[in-house]
Amino acid sequence: MNVVRTIAALTLRESARRKVLRALAALTVVLLALSAWGFSRLAAENDFGTMTSGQARLVASQLLNLVMFGMSLIAALGTAFLAGPTVSGEVESGVALSMLARPVRRSAVLLGKWLGLVAFGSGFVVLAGLAQCVVVYLTVDYWPSQPVVALALLGAQTATLLTLGLLLSTVISPMASGVVAVGLFGATWIAGVVGGLGAAFGNDGVARVGTVSQILLPTDGLWRGAMYALQDPTAFAAFGAEMAGFPFLSAGPLSWAYLVWAALWIAMVWGLAALSFGRRDL
Amino acid sequence: MRAAAQLVADLPPAAAAWCTGLRKRYGRRQAVDGVSLEVGRGEVVGLLGPNGAGKTTVIKMLLGLVRPDDGEVMLLGRPATDPAARVRVGYLPELFRYQPWLTAAEVLALHVRLSGVDVPAGEQREALALVGLGERAADRVGGFSKGMQQRLGLAVALVARPELVVLDEPTSALDPLGRVDVRDIVLSLRSRGVAVLLNSHLIGEVERVCDRVVILDHGRVAAAGTLTELLGQQEVQLHLTGVSPAAESRLAAAGTVDREGDWFAVALTGDDDATVPDLVSDLVALRVRVHAVEPGRISLEERLLGILRTGSAA
Repeated sequence: MNVVRTIAALTLRESARRKVLRALAALTVVLLALSAWGFSRLAAENDFGTMTSGQARLVASQLLNLVMFGMSLIAALGTAFLAGPTVSGEVESGVALSMLARPVRRSAVLLGKWLGLVAFGSGFVVLAGLAQCVVVYLTVDYWPSQPVVALALLGAQTATLLTLGLLLSTVISPMASGVVAVGLFGATWIAGVVGGLGAAFGNDGVARVGTVSQILLPTDGLWRGAMYALQDPTAFAAFGAEMAGFPFLSAGPLSWAYLVWAALWIAMVWGLAALSFGRRDL
Repeated sequence: MRAAAQLVADLPPAAAAWCTGLRKRYGRRQAVDGVSLEVGRGEVVGLLGPNGAGKTTVIKMLLGLVRPDDGEVMLLGRPATDPAARVRVGYLPELFRYQPWLTAAEVLALHVRLSGVDVPAGEQREALALVGLGERAADRVGGFSKGMQQRLGLAVALVARPELVVLDEPTSALDPLGRVDVRDIVLSLRSRGVAVLLNSHLIGEVERVCDRVVILDHGRVAAAGTLTELLGQQEVQLHLTGVSPAAESRLAAAGTVDREGDWFAVALTGDDDATVPDLVSDLVALRVRVHAVEPGRISLEERLLGILRTGSAA
């Protein structure tokens, strides 16, 4: 347990001391400022005023989803490129040699790294997401229906991608694992959009693409759950039908079964990472 | 019960490191092929051999960094499959790199925490001072030269009060002064009863500090023994003139002759006190003029080259 705690603290310290944190913070501030400006213009523009309040809420929640997607993308890129180098980078450079010759189990080291990365990645998403909600509230007076659920799901999405990045980094080179993790993340998102369109047009075959990809990599499913929690439910009920299949609109909340699957998925992928790291020759 | 406890307590302590039948294959290349060796408590053992002989792989298998295909390893009396066997083991890898975003003192503190041994901060500072980094404790490792990183690696290997220290090429990045420091550190470890396994290309270094030497070649133990066992063979240098064919055959009978002008180096096969006087008196009787007789010892380097060239343990 001591080892897990030590490595988790070390991972957090690494994130804080390396340029990742500063780069993430800078990107986030830029995104927050841009969205604040955008939302304030929206409120100031005349046609926002001509909308019914329901339409205005729908547009606001749409835009919030769009900006949040940007945020989750930053988090995904950040954590995937942080998780990538963590194992394979340390093995390649030799840092891992002296550490793993200590009386430690490799699985404990991996668990420590995972906890540190999850704390960092999810912490970032939750803080930045909360800041974004506040920006939207101040500019267009919209507050998400279930902010806690939304932020928790965004955190879970980050943890999912990061676990995948960790598994990849035990088998392939640091850069490749980051690229593959982000690539898969993007691919499932697109598959999710395609599936959404399929559902909107009543094409079961196309809709299944989204469902299957959300099972294989739960990032997109969790993201859709988060979107649902962010958007205005009454607005969707009133106007959603016209916009069904739109990528920044979610049709329904997540089922418990899917949440359990996502947790199981993370546990399985982590287990594979531990197995692969444990067998690796350094 | 008490008698049994006494019996166990009276047993000699298990070897610092012991392995038998270690094998490792990388793809089609058999990197290590049945290596068995032992490092006794407080003993300094040198690991020698050409590049690719499997020295680093053997070390990594001892430390659990590489999984052996076959064979067994015990560290300080515990099977190496149990991580706790490495509590009192210090290791300086051949590829020495430490977290560049940490300071030297933080790297030591990290390794102390991972080792689970309670080492006060003052003692950690002493370890840094011992390797000449006392002034740089608060500096980030990222700004260190290779030599300084290797010194830091040495401090890391020594900081958690080890009973076995494994040094893989500890002087590869060090200047001559640093090499002397490492030699002094190894000798002081030995005087404190700490066992050392030293892998080095610098034969002179090994010859000066090691009690025993294990020579690896093509993944096998080519020779092993104490320095006197390995270098027991005596050599005599003779400056002779008027050497007749009969005298030459008398020289050849004494051992392998290496002639350079009037100088004859004879690696003696016999090893008692009479060998050299008998040879000299026989040569004089054969009317050879003897200008000089100098005793010589075969250096470890010559012995190593001999073993590697003939490919036998001789």
